[in-house]
Amino acid sequence: MTFLRFTLRRLAEMAATLLAASFLIFGAMYLAPGNPASFLLSGRSASPEALKAINDQYHLNDPFWEQYLRWLGQVLHGDFGRSIEYRTPVNTLLAARLPSTLLLVAMALVLVVVLGLALGWIGAVRGGATDSTILVGTTFAVGTPSFVAAVLLQGLFSVKLGWFPSSGSGAGLGSMLWHLTLPALALALYLIGMLARVTRSAMLEVMGHEHVTVTRSRGVPERAVIRRHVFRNTLGTVLTMGGLIVSTLLICTVLVETAFSVNGIGQLLDLSTTTKDFPVVQAISLIIVGIFMLVNFVVDLLLPLVDPRVSLGTRGASA
Amino acid sequence: MTTALVRRPGLARVRTNRPLLYLLCLGFLGVVVLLALLAPWLSPHDPNAVDLGNALAGPSAAHPLGADGSGRDTASRLITGARTSLLGPLGVVAFSTVAGVVVGVAAGWRGGWLDSVLSRTTELVFAFPGLLLAILIVSIYGEGLIAPVVALGVAYLPYVSRLTRSLVLAERERPYVEAYQVQGHSAVQICLRHVLPNIAPVVLAQSTINFGYALIDLAGLSFLGLGVPALTPDWGRMVFDGESAIQAGYPLSAILPCVAIVLTVVAFNVVGERWADQVARRDR
Amino acid sequence: MTNTLEIDGLRLHLPGAARPVLAGIDLTVGARETVALVGESGSGKSLTSRSVLRLLPPGATTEGRVAVQGQDVLTMDAKQLRQLRTHTAAMIFQDPRAAINPLRRIGDFLTESLRLNADTPAQQADERAVRMLDAVGLGERVLRQYPGQLSGGMLQRVMIASALMGDPALILADEPTTALDVTTQAEVVGLLDDLRERFGTGLLFVTHDLGLAAAISDRVYVMYAGRIAETGPAEALFDRPRHPYTAALLRSTPRLDAPQGRLAAIKGQPPSLKEELTGCPFAARCPFATQACAEELPPHRPVPGEPDRLVACHHSDQLADQLAGSAAHD
Repeated sequence: MTFLRFTLRRLAEMAATLLAASFLIFGAMYLAPGNPASFLLSGRSASPEALKAINDQYHLNDPFWEQYLRWLGQVLHGDFGRSIEYRTPVNTLLAARLPSTLLLVAMALVLVVVLGLALGWIGAVRGGATDSTILVGTTFAVGTPSFVAAVLLQGLFSVKLGWFPSSGSGAGLGSMLWHLTLPALALALYLIGMLARVTRSAMLEVMGHEHVTVTRSRGVPERAVIRRHVFRNTLGTVLTMGGLIVSTLLICTVLVETAFSVNGIGQLLDLSTTTKDFPVVQAISLIIVGIFMLVNFVVDLLLPLVDPRVSLGTRGASA
Repeated sequence: MTTALVRRPGLARVRTNRPLLYLLCLGFLGVVVLLALLAPWLSPHDPNAVDLGNALAGPSAAHPLGADGSGRDTASRLITGARTSLLGPLGVVAFSTVAGVVVGVAAGWRGGWLDSVLSRTTELVFAFPGLLLAILIVSIYGEGLIAPVVALGVAYLPYVSRLTRSLVLAERERPYVEAYQVQGHSAVQICLRHVLPNIAPVVLAQSTINFGYALIDLAGLSFLGLGVPALTPDWGRMVFDGESAIQAGYPLSAILPCVAIVLTVVAFNVVGERWADQVARRDR
Repeated sequence: MTNTLEIDGLRLHLPGAARPVLAGIDLTVGARETVALVGESGSGKSLTSRSVLRLLPPGATTEGRVAVQGQDVLTMDAKQLRQLRTHTAAMIFQDPRAAINPLRRIGDFLTESLRLNADTPAQQADERAVRMLDAVGLGERVLRQYPGQLSGGMLQRVMIASALMGDPALILADEPTTALDVTTQAEVVGLLDDLRERFGTGLLFVTHDLGLAAAISDRVYVMYAGRIAETGPAEALFDRPRHPYTAALLRSTPRLDAPQGRLAAIKGQPPSLKEELTGCPFAARCPFATQACAEELPPHRPVPGEPDRLVACHHSDQLADQLAGSAAHD
């Protein structure tokens, strides 16, 4: 399959899945108990005029399909509507909170990739007690929810030792990095453990392959054997986890940002859920789903570069 | 060939250690389940009895594990909290396993359009992280245990159905299936009496691992205040309540539920992975 | 003149095995000589050839001496070992599809050991790769291709080219044709023989195929259960086998030049590594076995009148006529 055709096909598939997801996200509100207006008011009492204003503003008396298509049209133009709680455009809300979340996720991603790959590599290559220690450590990392990690890190490093601030996201890049170190660690911990385990077992599997023995038999230095043949051959496996890693990071910001009172999009999702600010919840959900699919698309494009046996669009084989 | 002998020196040691770790985890889970079942009789205090005079008290004869910020007995809340903390994931796993197996068997056995429709749907659900789906549902139906359990059940369903589907596809190729078909057994009969028992161990191993993940997600929801109602004792909720205790410098009431969550999840993972290993070795 | 390869009393133990996997191997390959090492799978022939490059399974312990160009492989340090593997001895493996990393280009595969040992500049290594590819009948464009784009036969040629990259004195070929289809097999064997001649290397050819061994080699070693059963010049050994195992192997191999008869499989299984052995390892399967065979390990003895032949059988002299007859006419 040519590159162009593959790209177009995958883009069409993505659009279809996103459309279905948007329908689910929007339709879910319609299935909510009670009439939409009172739902939007979420129990707050309102005068008949206010009720009418809301009905007009949100076109609640229109048929479902019209409402959905109107919303979809707006979203396609990059407009996620207005927040009920804050009475401002959702876009403005998101934009204000984007920098801290973006930085947080980026920091966590770096930690996951660097530490996850390094621990997996060391465990597989060293073996023995080092490997056992890493195995036990990653077992616990994988069993620790991000909010538990957040609370424990906060208790140890900010309350007890006072090394890091315990809440907020700071202003200016330096201060933000400083404030977001612990949250990023909490966010990354689970995925570090998972990536380390995947890397380790993938590397051990490749080490059993004949071509590794053959490379050694040809006098290639051991470090080069591990780097150029063992680790290199696990990259495909690692890459296919990209979508899962990014989407897990994104959704877990809800917990970590709440625990550390970081002024980010995750915290906004928590607040909006509690206050039933549905336009905001819709927007954030759709963005998370969209990013997940985007990352998977990029992974599909990159995979043939990493593994020449994979032709475009046939995921799976890797050694 | 000699390459078959390649084995890391470390691996052998971990493997011989495994049964001990596995038994330890199994034993731990047994204790937790027992505590949950017998909670009303084992709790030394009413888990919701507020005693502000006793707030953030350390361990004492009356309160062996101390008290939280509202003076509620931590031991009692842990024991009673085990009930909701296990019941929720149990619901998730039961739902996702039963529904996932039905969907997976249908897709694997029938194939054709049914298979492609189901695999499309699976792809769609995969795009939603479990926690996001649960938050979405809670934002509509409000807090409570049922809505998030159903949402997570749906989110975990594809993991089970995809596994089941691939197992059924492999199973269908085995000669005994054709032998039964020739003898006139119906597809449903063959599936129920022969295919299901053969694939059950693998699916159960996956569901055991899912239990740990479901516990993580539900505890996370409770931590956000979106899961169980505020007064119900629950480990995730206790971590949330304990945050202020930590800030005040009395971390015990937060650390204990954290430890309970981590150990339980780790135990489920170890047991589930051990079962998966055993099944894999049996097949080899 | 020293032999290219000299193995003296090589014993190899594996953890969990009740007896040595290799129980005292003596074997030599002279300069420019082709020697075949023949045996069933599990006889230890692959392990013997791999020990020449010290490619030992984890936990293996060795005794004895394996010398390539006079240098003992088993006691080398890491640097000497790399030098040996890059420049002195090279191995051609059974299945080229499994032996070459599918994710790297052929050019990288050919040149990496020269480049990474920091003794050959990349350009020089590339030039040599082109020459070696030419020697095995492949064009320069293969350099930029991936293993998945070549056929099994072409890949085995690449493998051979890679073995020649470091200009070795010894090539070890471990069943190099088993994974190929029949027409390619002949090509690869022919090519191997030509190149050995042209580049002046010694060749240790490991195979279970007696016909192939007879066609290519000057001398033959027959291996059974970790020991050499019989050795001698190829022609003499196949015409007049002196060990019942050699004779049985010959009878189980189809031959074009002999009158058609029934092929006889050897009854029974080779002894398991889990049990200790007393006496002759072949005794349990040998139709001529006596009490002595079960009790006493037969030493290697020269064959009367044929100074370059050794055989490890108590009854070899009495059985000579019977074995020769059965090999030819059964």
